[in-house]
Amino acid sequence: MNIIGKRFWFFAISALIIVVGFISLATFGLRYGIEFSSGSILRVSFEQAVALGDLRQELSNLGYGNALIQHTEAGDYIIRTHELDREEKTVLEEALVAKFGQLQETEFNTVSPMVARETAQNAAIAVAVAAIGILLYITWAFHRMPKPFHYGTCAVIALVHDTLMALGVFSIIGGLLGWEVDLKFIIGILAVIGYSVNNTVVVFDRIRENQALGVSPDFEVVVNRSLVETLSRSLNTSLTTLFVVLALMLFVGVAIQNFAAVLLIGIVAGTFSSIGIAPSLLVVWERGEWGRFLQWLPLRGKS
Amino acid sequence: MLRKNTLVLIGIAGLFIFAIIALLYPLFGREAMRLGLDLQGGIHIVYQADLSAVEPAEVGNVMDGVVEVIGNRINPLGVTEPVIQRQGQDRILVELPGLSISDKEKERLSRVALLEFGELADEGEEAKWENERGRWKPATALVGGQEKELTSRYFKENTFVTQDRLGGVLLVFEWDEEGSLISEKITSRLVEGQQPLGIFEGDEPLRGEDGRPIAPVVLSVITDKGQIEGLSFTEAEALSSQLNAGRLPVSLEILYDQTVSPILGADFVDMSVKAGIIGIIIVMLFMMIYYRLPGVIASLTLVFYGVLVLALFKLWPVTLTLAGLGGFILSIGMAVDANVLIFERIKEELRAGRTLGAAIETGFNRAWTAIRDSNVTTFIVCAILFWVGSVVVAGAPVKGFAWTLAIGVAVSMFTAIVVTRTLLRLFVGTALAQRASLFSPYLGRK
Repeated sequence: MNIIGKRFWFFAISALIIVVGFISLATFGLRYGIEFSSGSILRVSFEQAVALGDLRQELSNLGYGNALIQHTEAGDYIIRTHELDREEKTVLEEALVAKFGQLQETEFNTVSPMVARETAQNAAIAVAVAAIGILLYITWAFHRMPKPFHYGTCAVIALVHDTLMALGVFSIIGGLLGWEVDLKFIIGILAVIGYSVNNTVVVFDRIRENQALGVSPDFEVVVNRSLVETLSRSLNTSLTTLFVVLALMLFVGVAIQNFAAVLLIGIVAGTFSSIGIAPSLLVVWERGEWGRFLQWLPLRGKS
Repeated sequence: MLRKNTLVLIGIAGLFIFAIIALLYPLFGREAMRLGLDLQGGIHIVYQADLSAVEPAEVGNVMDGVVEVIGNRINPLGVTEPVIQRQGQDRILVELPGLSISDKEKERLSRVALLEFGELADEGEEAKWENERGRWKPATALVGGQEKELTSRYFKENTFVTQDRLGGVLLVFEWDEEGSLISEKITSRLVEGQQPLGIFEGDEPLRGEDGRPIAPVVLSVITDKGQIEGLSFTEAEALSSQLNAGRLPVSLEILYDQTVSPILGADFVDMSVKAGIIGIIIVMLFMMIYYRLPGVIASLTLVFYGVLVLALFKLWPVTLTLAGLGGFILSIGMAVDANVLIFERIKEELRAGRTLGAAIETGFNRAWTAIRDSNVTTFIVCAILFWVGSVVVAGAPVKGFAWTLAIGVAVSMFTAIVVTRTLLRLFVGTALAQRASLFSPYLGRK
C-alpha cells in the first residue's frame, strides 16, 4: 500500500475542504454564544402551551425584536437577548406572565461585555499556547532524530489543519442549524487538538523506530511503511472514539450537541491528517518538494 | 514470574473491590458525586466591586469585608457547600450549588444595606434625592467639630422586627454612641418645625408596603432608640437581618450570572449515564469482534477502567459538569487506545513468528514509547484547559472537563499497561494460548 505516494491528493482534498470552510466562514461567519459576545439567556417553561409565533410577536412588542428564540424538545423556550439587568428582567418576565400566564424560569445566564471580552481573549491564548506547547514537546520527544523540529512543525500544521476543518464545517452546520460557538466549543477544539496530535505522534513514533532499525535508506519508504504498520491502530482508535461521541450526540442531545459535533468533525479530520497530512509533510520537507507542491496545484487546477 | 503475576492480580482485584465500595458507600466523608451547577442547579455569580473610592492599600481589607458580609447573608439560606471567594483584585465569586432562590433573594445578597437619612432641602439647595414627597438632602449635624451624615452606619447590630398593637410592622433599631449624638441634634432641629425625616437606600427612598416613600414626621427627639414603620413584614425581616449582618463597604455590580433550576439538570445525568453505558457496550463489542480473546480482556479492563475513574471522581472529588461527563464518555473511547496499540503490536510480533509469551512482552515494551508520547500531548492540553478554566469567569465546566480527561487518560495508561498485561499473562502456557485464531482471525487461517 503506497499512501505517501498519493500525498498530493491528500493535500488537495484538505485544501478543498478548508477553502469551502473559509467561504462558509466568510458568508455565514460563526455565531458566538453569550460567553463570547455578552448578553443574557432566559430559559422559561410556560404552564400553558405558547406558540413560538405569539412569543416572538410579544417579545417584539416589548422591544426585544432582536431576541433569538429557541423551542427545546422539553417544551421550554430559550430566549437570548442583550445583557439584561435586574429591572429589565423583572419587567420582561412580568409582561410575559401577564400575556401568557404563569411561567417557571429554569435557567438564567447573563454575561457582561467585559467578561465576554476576557473569555474570548483567553480562549484564543489557550489555543495558541496549546499549539506552541505541542510544538516544543514533540521537538523535544524526537530530539534524537535528525531534524526534530520538522516533526514538531508537521504535527502543529496537522493540528492547525484539524482546527480549520472543524471551524469551517462547524460554520456550515452553524449557518444552517444555528449552532453557536461557546466555551464548550473551545473545549472541543482543544480536545481535538490533543487527540489529533496523539494520532500523529503514534505514526511519528513508528517512523522513529523504523529509522533506528534501518528499514530503508529512502525516507519516503520508511514513512510509508510506518504508516501502513500503524494504519489499523489509527483507524480502530478513531472508530472506538467515534462510537462514544456518537452515543454522546444521540443520547445527551441538544445541550451538548455542538460539543459532540466539534469532537466528531475533529476526530475525522484528525485521523485524516495523521494519516494523510502530517507524515506526508515530513516527506515533502525532507525532499525539499515545496516548489513541486506549489507547481502542482495550478497544474491540477487546469486539467 | 508467575508468582509476581499472581500478586499483581490480587492487587488489581483489591483495587477493583475498593473502587466499587467507594462508589456505592460513603467513604472518607464523600457521600455522593459532586455535581456542578449545570447538573444539580444552583447559582454562580461574579460581582465587580466598585473600588474607585477605596485607597489602594485598603483594597485587601475592603474585599475581605465584602466576602464576610456576603457569607453572613448566605448562612441563613442553608446551602451545604457555598463558595464565596475573592477573584483577582476587585471581583467576588459566589457559588451556591443546588439552590434555587428568587430574584428578590438574589438581589439581597449584593445589597449594600446602608440606610441614609435625609431632610427636606431648601429651595436653591442641592438635593441628593427627589421623589413625590419632595427634594431631599442628607441629614447632617455638627458633632465633634465635624459635619456628619446620619446613616445606618451608626446602628447597633441588634435591630429586630416586631408588631405594634394594631399589627403595624416595626423595625426597631438602636443608635451607637456617636449615632445618638447626631440623631439627637438632627431630630431636635426637625421636631420644632414638625419636619419629616426621609429614609433612603442608595438612590431610592425606602418604600413601605403601600409603595409610598417612608418619611415620618419627627414628633419627638430621638436619642438612643428608633423605629421604622410601614414596611411589609418580609421586607422588614430581610432588612433587619441585613443590617445586623453588616453593610457592604462598597457597591457591587454583576459581571456574570448563571442561575440554573435544579429540575433542568437532573435529566442530563440520566442521559449521560445512558450514553456512557451504550458507548462502553459498543466499544466492547468492537474490541471483542476485532481482537478476539485480547478484545475480551480489553473489555474487562474497560469495566475496571470505568469503575476506577468514577471512584476517583467521587473521592478526589471532581465537580462533574455536563462537559465533564462528556469528557468521561470521550475518554472511554480513548481508553482502549493504549490497548489497541498493544494488541496491534502483539499481532505483529505473532506474525513475525514469536511465541505468545514473547509476543506479549515485546508488544508491551515496544508500544510503550508511543503510549507515553501520545498521552503526554493530551496532558499538555489538559493543563492548558485547566488554566483556561481558572482564569475565565465561566470556566468551571472547562476545569471539570480538564480533570475528567486527565484522570481518564492517566487511568487508561495504568489499566492498559498493568491490568491488560497481567490478565493476558494468565493465558500464557495454557491450552488457549496454542490457538492462534483466538488472537487474530487471520493468523488462525494461515
